[in-house]
Amino acid sequence: MAQGISTAAAPARLALDKLGVLLAAIVATGALALPFATFRANRIVLGEPRGILDSLEPALAWTLLGLLAAAGLVALVRTPVRLRLAAGLLALVALLLAIGRAGTFLTPEGNGFARVSPGSGFWLLLFAFALMVTDALSRLALSPARRLAGLAATAAVLAAILVCGLWDDLSMLREYATRADAFWREARTHVVLAFGSLALATLTGVPIGIACTRSARLRGPVLNVLNIVQTIPSIALFGLLIAPMAWIAATIPGASAIGIAGIGAAPALVALYAYSLLPVVSNTVVGLDGVPRQTVDAARGMGMTGRQRLLRVELPLAFPVILTGIRIVLVQNIGLATIAALIGGGGFGVFVFQGIGQTAMDLVLLGAVPTVVLAVAAAIVLDALVEMSERPGVREARG
Amino acid sequence: MIEIDAVTKVYGEATVVDAVSMTVPSGTIAVIVGTSGSGKTTLMRTINRLVEPTSGAVRIDGEDNRALPAYELRRRIGYAIQGHGLFPHRTVAQNIGTVPSLLGWDEKRIARRVDDLLELFQLDPAAFRERMPHELSGGQQQRIGVARALAAEPNILLMDEPFGALDPIIRAKAQDDLLAIQARFGTTIVLVTHDMEEAIRLGHRIAVMDAGALLQYAEPADIIARPATAFVKELIGAPERPFRLLSLVRVGDLAEPGDAPGAPLDAGLSARDALAELLWSGRVAAPVARDGTIVGRVRRDALEQRAARPS
Repeated sequence: MAQGISTAAAPARLALDKLGVLLAAIVATGALALPFATFRANRIVLGEPRGILDSLEPALAWTLLGLLAAAGLVALVRTPVRLRLAAGLLALVALLLAIGRAGTFLTPEGNGFARVSPGSGFWLLLFAFALMVTDALSRLALSPARRLAGLAATAAVLAAILVCGLWDDLSMLREYATRADAFWREARTHVVLAFGSLALATLTGVPIGIACTRSARLRGPVLNVLNIVQTIPSIALFGLLIAPMAWIAATIPGASAIGIAGIGAAPALVALYAYSLLPVVSNTVVGLDGVPRQTVDAARGMGMTGRQRLLRVELPLAFPVILTGIRIVLVQNIGLATIAALIGGGGFGVFVFQGIGQTAMDLVLLGAVPTVVLAVAAAIVLDALVEMSERPGVREARG
Repeated sequence: MIEIDAVTKVYGEATVVDAVSMTVPSGTIAVIVGTSGSGKTTLMRTINRLVEPTSGAVRIDGEDNRALPAYELRRRIGYAIQGHGLFPHRTVAQNIGTVPSLLGWDEKRIARRVDDLLELFQLDPAAFRERMPHELSGGQQQRIGVARALAAEPNILLMDEPFGALDPIIRAKAQDDLLAIQARFGTTIVLVTHDMEEAIRLGHRIAVMDAGALLQYAEPADIIARPATAFVKELIGAPERPFRLLSLVRVGDLAEPGDAPGAPLDAGLSARDALAELLWSGRVAAPVARDGTIVGRVRRDALEQRAARPS
């Protein structure tokens, strides 16, 4: 609509895009004023900043600068959404390829100690063009299926870059190369912690939510307790669980045999589960409450038993809301699971805390980047599922 | 036959229904009228046990309605509510087939029944079967709601303000459809409304409720002519009385031999509409036609006499 107005008012002049002005400013800063890459002689010394022109062969560097300038211009001026999307994607891919090339270019031949990592300029540029792409995508209002296809394509591009070894000379992958086994082990643990706690919370939380809608006496106390749990700082909750879990392991026969202990994965799973319950239970309650009263009355009046009403009418209608709760929990748990490393629970947090201990930021990134990627992917997938599960008409009937 | 026997419903301190007794003969329409909070809906809901009475009993064809589990009882009684209460996540066919599928009918029989009902309500089965409720107009949704209530061929149909959400033109059509269906199947209907006009139009008998008490239960002509209390009189609306009385008779029943000039009136027209037509066209009499043949005439003064308070 904004575009329509601008062309109607001033067809001859180029109009500026509001978000584009900000994006162009960020792009200019990131490309010209800030270091594109950081070079260090070894992994813990202070880095030397390198601009784009110092990080790549001149021909490549100028090509990249030209591309960034062009994409920045597309962002700055009001342009068709599809053009913005294409320009943003092109710039992103160029950045991802260039940073890998910079790693190879800056590392002296045969030097195994030198570290090249992305500089603040690179991150800022990545942020700006990612914002441009998400903005274009949201303006396009893609269908859930297309969003999932886009996610798959993105994953394929990243996988191709990794498999072809284009980033192998970057610091983060140098750290990966020396601990590939540990990386995949912790990745598995991370996924098990996040999804396992989600599965437990769904299996128990939905029935608890149903019970809360059936009994007002249960509802208040249950939701209050879960609310309080939610406010306990995560590090504190992980710590608080050490004593009771150790006690259970020591006193209940067989408990330690199935892996329960004061530290390790078991208390981490319990803590994540405790955080997961509130969103699942409260969304189940809200979802069931939102089923139109007349619909429930009609179901009763036509002779459905309590169970038939729940399974055929109430749960199907509440499902999108419950799924939204599950989405919140999954994204939250993928992030929170990093803290499990503090109590020996494993997961990507292991690298984060090791990296902090060794002041090796590359190692921190090795833990943080996969966590963020996993969380974003989970959010996109579940958002698409929530939208697919919503039925037109149901919402109007509810309102 | 539905016998409501001294039914009382108390919620905490409030007596919502107070010792109401009434009998609805088989194959008739009883309309319960009252203001909101009068207990009319609660009373109706004791019939299919959506409300369990605090005391008293409801008998259907002589049998206490607590003899069966509530859900089995409800599957035998049609139920239609205001705003239709259709299941928004199910197709029209699935909505209509709800009770038959609860009763375990086989799929072919359900599909046949769904198509029959859609045709009965003048909706093309091929076009409507697979639609979702939100794709229908308000009038269509309401018809599907009634079709769903009739799906398992119940002898009794309970309706809670079924036409409340419809605009006046669609409402009049829906009321005519209901009368036609009732005449065809001989269903016993209990209908709740706050609209006296609708009660007079549909009811063989009208029950007027206020503050939980049944004030009067009688035929429409009786209620109009001899309101039991001041409240009933007010509900009918004193200035409306002659016209309401006229609306109970068809002009065909008042036709007398003789001629009259001008366009004929249809015999199915209510005497009220006939009077309006005579006043509007400035005639003192008009011919009456049944199926296109003139069967006599109706005079304005005869209509006026009809509108006078019965002695």
